[in-house]
Amino acid sequence: MPDDVGSRESAGRAAGGPSRRQVLGRGALLGAATVGAGVAAQAEAARAATAPPVREETLAAEPVEISLRVNGRERTLSVEPRTTLLDALRERLGLTGTKKGCDQGACGACTVLVDGRRVNSCLTLAVMRRDAEITTIEGLAKGDELHPVQRAFLECDAFQCGYCTSGQIMSAAALIEEGHAGSPGEVREWMSGNICRCGAYPNIVAAVRQAAGGGAR
Amino acid sequence: MRPFSYTTVSSVRSAVLQVSPDPKAQYVAGATEVLNLVREGQIAADRLVDIRALPLTSIRAGADGLHIGALARHVENHPVVRRDYPVLAQALLAGASPQVRNMFTPGGNLLQRTRCSYYRDVSFACNRREPGSGCGALEGNNRYNAIFGGSDHCIAVHPSDLAVALTALDAVARTQGPAGARAIPIEELHRLPGEEPHRETVLEHGELITGIDVPASRFAARSHYLKIRDRASFAFALVSVAVAVDVRRGVVRDCRIALGGVAPRPWRARAAEAALTGKPLNEASRRAAGKAAASGAVPRRHNRFKVAMVERAVARALSEVED
Repeated sequence: MPDDVGSRESAGRAAGGPSRRQVLGRGALLGAATVGAGVAAQAEAARAATAPPVREETLAAEPVEISLRVNGRERTLSVEPRTTLLDALRERLGLTGTKKGCDQGACGACTVLVDGRRVNSCLTLAVMRRDAEITTIEGLAKGDELHPVQRAFLECDAFQCGYCTSGQIMSAAALIEEGHAGSPGEVREWMSGNICRCGAYPNIVAAVRQAAGGGAR
Repeated sequence: MRPFSYTTVSSVRSAVLQVSPDPKAQYVAGATEVLNLVREGQIAADRLVDIRALPLTSIRAGADGLHIGALARHVENHPVVRRDYPVLAQALLAGASPQVRNMFTPGGNLLQRTRCSYYRDVSFACNRREPGSGCGALEGNNRYNAIFGGSDHCIAVHPSDLAVALTALDAVARTQGPAGARAIPIEELHRLPGEEPHRETVLEHGELITGIDVPASRFAARSHYLKIRDRASFAFALVSVAVAVDVRRGVVRDCRIALGGVAPRPWRARAAEAALTGKPLNEASRRAAGKAAASGAVPRRHNRFKVAMVERAVARALSEVED
């Protein structure tokens, strides 16, 4: 169910120049404030010192060229500020493994990893992820070697129609990294952001447990 | 989605200067709510101002209480929060899916809009979204709607779990606006709808929540959050209860009981608190508190079940903080 992205945005892109970025703010690179006391404040100061400086800028409501780091590759693409990360991946970069289900953060079909954390790509803007490391289902396998979660989904028959599957797999891969695969009940709770209308849940739970090395049941 | 421009800012002052003078400008941080509202049309924003780079991410715990930056991440994992403010950690965990919890911010969570389907579906009349257009929920499917604090113009409920827990902890939102800084009790952040449901909060346009202060108290450490919903996880509350008790020598000296899923704002059940204070914490006092919590409810056709659900949920939540 692609929305207006394919039509209006690509028309806009054809009319737009290579870079329409408008720097309307002060333009200077500004470091974040680092004053404060106490351990937490020091930790924050340390983070601020290492974080990339913040640029005050405004992108107009029209196509702009940005770069995204997706599956280890730097990709240049044209988006509008309103383009979600999901639409950028699918419509601009052709990475259609990430699915659009509800387009409102309720179903999890669009789950990708941003800096290692699972997020709903329909609920974030591409322009908000210019400094991030993005991993999609296309980037999970190492060459021809499937990710353990991918292999477990095949072996456990953890899908029927397959539409939610890439989101389920991305979410499961993150869940295992987070250490939330300790029991079937824990897997169910921590997979709650991924809906399967075919109802393949028992096999999904089994696959996640198997991939985590915790036994299928 | 309607087109909008996008601005990044690096200071609170700059953020407020960007948004305050522009009625079509809107803050964005986690984006989990704002993007849906702009996409569906409840918010007519022409400009999003991204505040993620502001230095509002810290969590500080001290003798005077807890300070949570408006942009703090994973507050539920903070060891002091888990030990001394369990109701807060539990409410955050119950609040959304792992994906959404990786994205949202505490400040934005407090300002999320109602899930009332007549508000969310722009083809329906809704006084909150479009003043004077009517309320589809009053005579419609009002199963999820308010039994406290509603009016003849709106019976929406506020969906935040975090806000309910914070209300039970006497927490205060710190804000920065064009007129300066102020502190607003979480309980008073949202207006009751009255005749103007579209005026949702007491914040001025451009006034930014910068943090949340949770005062130290004798009841915070003995607290619990119970959320009852249509499915086991990742759903909004039908009824939720935050309880916090200070029990000394077997008697409840002080307590807080706040309800979610039943009112347009986190709902302090003061009658229940009064019923419990001075009593030993036992089955009889729990039941009495539950009865008191549900007193004064004004249910509608499809949400009468919430009255009994409040009674039982309050009693059950209190059983979790009994010895």
